[in-house]
Amino acid sequence: MSNKLKQYGQRSIKYLITSARNMLIPIFSVILGLLAGAGIMLVSGYDPISGYSAMLNGIFGDEYYLGETVRQITPYILAGLAVAFAFRTGLFNIGVEGQLIVGWLAAVWVGIEFDLPKFIHLPLAVLSGAAAGALWAFIPGLLKARFRVHEVIVTIMLNYTALHITNYLILNVLSDKQDKTENIAESASLRSVLFENWTDLSRMHWGIIIALACAIIMWFILEKTTTGFELKAVGFNHHASQYAGMSVNKNIVLSMVISGAFAGLAGAMEGLGTFGYAAIKGGFTGVGFDGIAVALLGGNAAIGIVLAAALFGGLKSGALNMPLEAGVPNEIVDIVIALIIFFVASSYFIRWILSRFSKKGVK
Amino acid sequence: MKKRKFGLALSLVLAAGTILGACGNDEESASKGGESKKDNFTVGMVTDIGGVDDKSFNQSAWEGLQEFGKENGLQKGKEGFDYVQSKSDADYTTNLNTLVRNDFDLIYGIGYLLAEPMAKVADQRKDSNFAIVDSVVEKPNVASITFTEEQGSFLVGVIAAKTTKTNKIGFVGGVDGSLINKFEAGFIAGVKSVNPKADVKVQYAGSFGAADKGQAIASSMYSSGIDVIYHASGGTGNGVFAAAKELKKKDPNNNIWVIGVDRDQFEEGKVKAGDKEYNVTLTSMVKRVDIAVKDLADKSKNGEFPGGKVIEYGLDQNAVAIADHKENVSEAALKATEEWTEKIKSGEVKVPKTRDELKAMKF
Repeated sequence: MSNKLKQYGQRSIKYLITSARNMLIPIFSVILGLLAGAGIMLVSGYDPISGYSAMLNGIFGDEYYLGETVRQITPYILAGLAVAFAFRTGLFNIGVEGQLIVGWLAAVWVGIEFDLPKFIHLPLAVLSGAAAGALWAFIPGLLKARFRVHEVIVTIMLNYTALHITNYLILNVLSDKQDKTENIAESASLRSVLFENWTDLSRMHWGIIIALACAIIMWFILEKTTTGFELKAVGFNHHASQYAGMSVNKNIVLSMVISGAFAGLAGAMEGLGTFGYAAIKGGFTGVGFDGIAVALLGGNAAIGIVLAAALFGGLKSGALNMPLEAGVPNEIVDIVIALIIFFVASSYFIRWILSRFSKKGVK
Repeated sequence: MKKRKFGLALSLVLAAGTILGACGNDEESASKGGESKKDNFTVGMVTDIGGVDDKSFNQSAWEGLQEFGKENGLQKGKEGFDYVQSKSDADYTTNLNTLVRNDFDLIYGIGYLLAEPMAKVADQRKDSNFAIVDSVVEKPNVASITFTEEQGSFLVGVIAAKTTKTNKIGFVGGVDGSLINKFEAGFIAGVKSVNPKADVKVQYAGSFGAADKGQAIASSMYSSGIDVIYHASGGTGNGVFAAAKELKKKDPNNNIWVIGVDRDQFEEGKVKAGDKEYNVTLTSMVKRVDIAVKDLADKSKNGEFPGGKVIEYGLDQNAVAIADHKENVSEAALKATEEWTEKIKSGEVKVPKTRDELKAMKF
């Protein structure tokens, strides 16, 4: 008995240490990245202190930039949630970008075509964005479940399909050979006069509330429901889940659909909040791909993703300010940002270093 | 072991120091910026995603600003002239606002993609002066710069008509819309004015970035007997050049030509067949964004900011012209362009801007 208790105690201590280390790794990697970025700036003859202070200014130097940073964070949270949700079921959804683009278009489409009171129109537009993303993700989900086609390949290819189909629709159906649609009706807009007044006319919009709500929803589904348990179980081990009587195929499709809905929402945020229209794109927005890094950095957990998205959004909007204020050229800024992300992504390496440090403590 | 931990601690402290140091420095530099402001007339510009080294109009605009800075003894930076580069179309609004917040006296938006964001920002920041290139924004504090591309296109049309042996000439457009229609109408009018028998075949690629499509269109045009192609299609035109160079390489006696656009595309036309160097670039329709940008900055500096007006730059200001490389253009053709330039300048000939105006001329 006492032996068992002891074992239990040891295990919980071990758990505490690992989770502390899990928290430490992303923080440590961000710091390493910042240091490496500072090194690059020093080597190329720029002052890292003024460079980073310009960045901080661009993140929350005044209320306007703070608002813009929050706006930038919004789609990152949702894209990160989308990647993470699929990942928890053992699926690698590279198609967040494509799902985001179709969600964007669908939301804007509803925003333009209908004339409804706000309390119906806005939710309808937001939900149709989610539905479009879900539908787009349903395809690879189904293919994976039915024919074991690898979802990475299908989702990558569907990104291009989404890009060009939406471009075609904008050019030929939603407008008369224009490169963008008309603006959405006021009743479908996520814009907020309140936030605009607070933040000196930035484009911060209500989407941040939706994004945070989605983070809670994801946490709730995964941690508090049977469905979530099944989804995670499938992620841990297909065969064991099947043996336990769960439908692996159903869970794969479900996971992709929910993931796609998050991605579609991210697009709806851009369409209904930031832009108010959909425009022809020459290439991808990049938000979906950054979502992969956000999810990785956030440890595929809701709270972690919100924090990681804040970091990414901050870096993106802060970087814009560096060339003008600190004279650091765009290219160096890109390298610095990439280094930070690099260190974040190479968490395995950092984990290894940390384990060297604390080898004695654990074993 | 202890040493290593010490190292870790040290690096953490260093990192924290960097970040905190940045915070402290923040206010200092901000207040410094505020004090020493406002002796100079400062000019800033926001590029589209092309950036200042796009070898096209962003670069040209930046050259104009640099020229303005040099003449007025200004430094690159917040106290003189500077640019901000946009990484995605979400950045346009932020970048325009950044320049507003840094109290630039005149703020350029380069390219029609910035028209929509500029209209919104101009409404919100009524005390700032803006200028948009290649588009029209009807706000009291925005000056719109447009070019009479039809005049320049008319002149290269004259050259094409004087050069063709088959009386078959091609026009490759980017996106079918009012802007590129100006090129088309002017070009056809130029061709028909000199050589009414010549036939101009018009085809649009539907994109400014589809080099593959440009190549396919050009190949089929050349094989149908067309020997001169004028492209007004941005990056799609690279495909037109590729098609022409390929044919030239196969048979150097092939008399085929490309007419470039926006800037002198002589370099693009260089091709080696056997041991000899050839060039398929007949001439280019050059659009001098730099001249326009500098001219407007000069005017604004003298307190003559033409807010709310549309300023057309054309032959009179040398803002549209045929390129300096004239090796491939025959004497007769050059002479003809000089004659027609005079006729256009004197108002004797009115160059059509649209297909309807072209039709009304009844060639």
